[in-house]
Amino acid sequence: MKAPPRHAPKRLRTTGDLRVLQRMMATALLRPLTPDDGLQPTWVDGRPMEQVASEFIKPNDRLSAFERLQLYSRMYWFRLFDAIRDDCPGLLAMLGEDRFGRLAQAYLERYPSRSFTLRDLCSRLVQFIGEEPSLTRPHTALAAEIARFEWAQTVAFDGESRPVLDAARISSTPPDRLRLGLQPYVTLLALAYPIDAYVISVKRRDALRSEASNTPESRTVAVPPRRRVPLPRRARTFVAVHRHHNRLFYKRLDPAAYRILEALASGETLSTALAAARGAKPAQVRRWFKAWMALGWFCAPVARRRR
Amino acid sequence: MPANRFNGHCDYGIGIGLRVPHYSHILSKKPVVDWFEIISENFMVDGGRPLQLLDEILEQYRVVQHGVSMYFGSADKPDRAHLRRLKNLVKRTKTPWLSDHLCWGSVDGTYTHDLLPMPYTFAAARRTAEKIRQIRDFLEVPICVENVSSYAEYHVSEMTEWEFLAEVVELADCGILLDVNNIYVSSKNHGFNPYDYVNGVPHDRVGQMHIAGHTKFEKYILDTHDHPVLDPVWKLYAHATKRCGVSATLLEWDDKIPSFDEVHNEALKANDFIDGAKKATP
Repeated sequence: MKAPPRHAPKRLRTTGDLRVLQRMMATALLRPLTPDDGLQPTWVDGRPMEQVASEFIKPNDRLSAFERLQLYSRMYWFRLFDAIRDDCPGLLAMLGEDRFGRLAQAYLERYPSRSFTLRDLCSRLVQFIGEEPSLTRPHTALAAEIARFEWAQTVAFDGESRPVLDAARISSTPPDRLRLGLQPYVTLLALAYPIDAYVISVKRRDALRSEASNTPESRTVAVPPRRRVPLPRRARTFVAVHRHHNRLFYKRLDPAAYRILEALASGETLSTALAAARGAKPAQVRRWFKAWMALGWFCAPVARRRR
Repeated sequence: MPANRFNGHCDYGIGIGLRVPHYSHILSKKPVVDWFEIISENFMVDGGRPLQLLDEILEQYRVVQHGVSMYFGSADKPDRAHLRRLKNLVKRTKTPWLSDHLCWGSVDGTYTHDLLPMPYTFAAARRTAEKIRQIRDFLEVPICVENVSSYAEYHVSEMTEWEFLAEVVELADCGILLDVNNIYVSSKNHGFNPYDYVNGVPHDRVGQMHIAGHTKFEKYILDTHDHPVLDPVWKLYAHATKRCGVSATLLEWDDKIPSFDEVHNEALKANDFIDGAKKATP
């Protein structure tokens, strides 16, 4: 958003005036809440927020202009916090409520939503974790991997699906000319931690808590306290986050299988990709390809962003 | 109006919002429902489960699209990429009309994901109407704009909210999605008579109505969509139906969502008021 205006327009005669008013209000809403969930007491230039709010918002007989603006600011922050929590249960479990809240606020301050859909809200979270390691220290690498994994789930849930290449076309093209694309909804991850197992543990714990709170007896039976899921220990892990019949799956990959898929995804020919699978037995490679084709992972090559 | 050019000349009855907790019930039990309203943005995706689910629903039911992010009132130009996605969805659903809110929510490309109130000025009305026309021409589907519930007003406003709504829809030559719960909520928050609002809008442009529940707090009312419809809103709905005619009506229930049957039965209560309106109309 452009620099906030110092004053709201006194009259609204043009689209430019409308933009200034909207910039003023959006700036007020997007500024972080105070620790007690209030609107910031001062405007960006140091003037009291009460005074600035009164310049463009009418009070009524129950609420001041400041209080009316505060309602909208709270709704903005609570809505976006809820969206990030929904998309990042693993990161929330790892950091705990307080640190996750600080990370989410700092992230949204630097990268407010630029998309019409909240689905894209966490698209730059991995980058931000790298930019601000102090917010996740001493587990920054782990946090970044969990964020990558959770973004991969978003992509797998509703990412594009391209027409699957048929086996005849694949088998009729010489390997040194054959290039295979990977479905856009498949994300290959080379991880330093077994994030898939960690996220499954978190989801299982949260599902149990939810199950407990949804039972008819839940009014009399206390919901179990949130058990801390142990952080994963380092273990090199290769995984594809994908969907099959529109259900989300995490598929562990052999390192050689990962190298083949990564080479194909980056545009290499099949023969070059297979050369990357040093050490793998031909029969094993054939089994992998059979499984990947059954999953419908191969499509015509598409331009893919680096993961 | 039961069927008019703003709702694709459709005489739809009483619908409910298509919501995740009801998916399995709807697909397995196939309950009789006049129509479902979908939130367009939930299905403006590239693939996966949302589109599969939508296609299964479309095989069985009539669907109308309702948006939450077009922001007709934002000073920004319409986002072409957003519009292309929306048009693809319109082709998929064959929605007879499409609705979104008379509000703004983004500026300079930054989104608040809220339905923020407009300043009720002639300049804002002209700009908003111009955008509605551009969007309708691109999407090639009738548009109804919905009045939002609001918690703040601007000093620069030059008219009432219903005068602003009338000004916009006349300039844009579009329809109205009259949300009677939003009228009631805003009337309490701003101290106007909700019947003046209903009486003041161009009735022949109403293509759809919304009803919903809200939550009262000490100093304001929030449009929470997490309750049954309250009596004052039903009364206002009955009045609106008498003035505007029986229109496609949709119950919004978006939080603390109970069973499908409970939501549907709540929506069907509208029939009591529709029958009353029909009897009162010669």
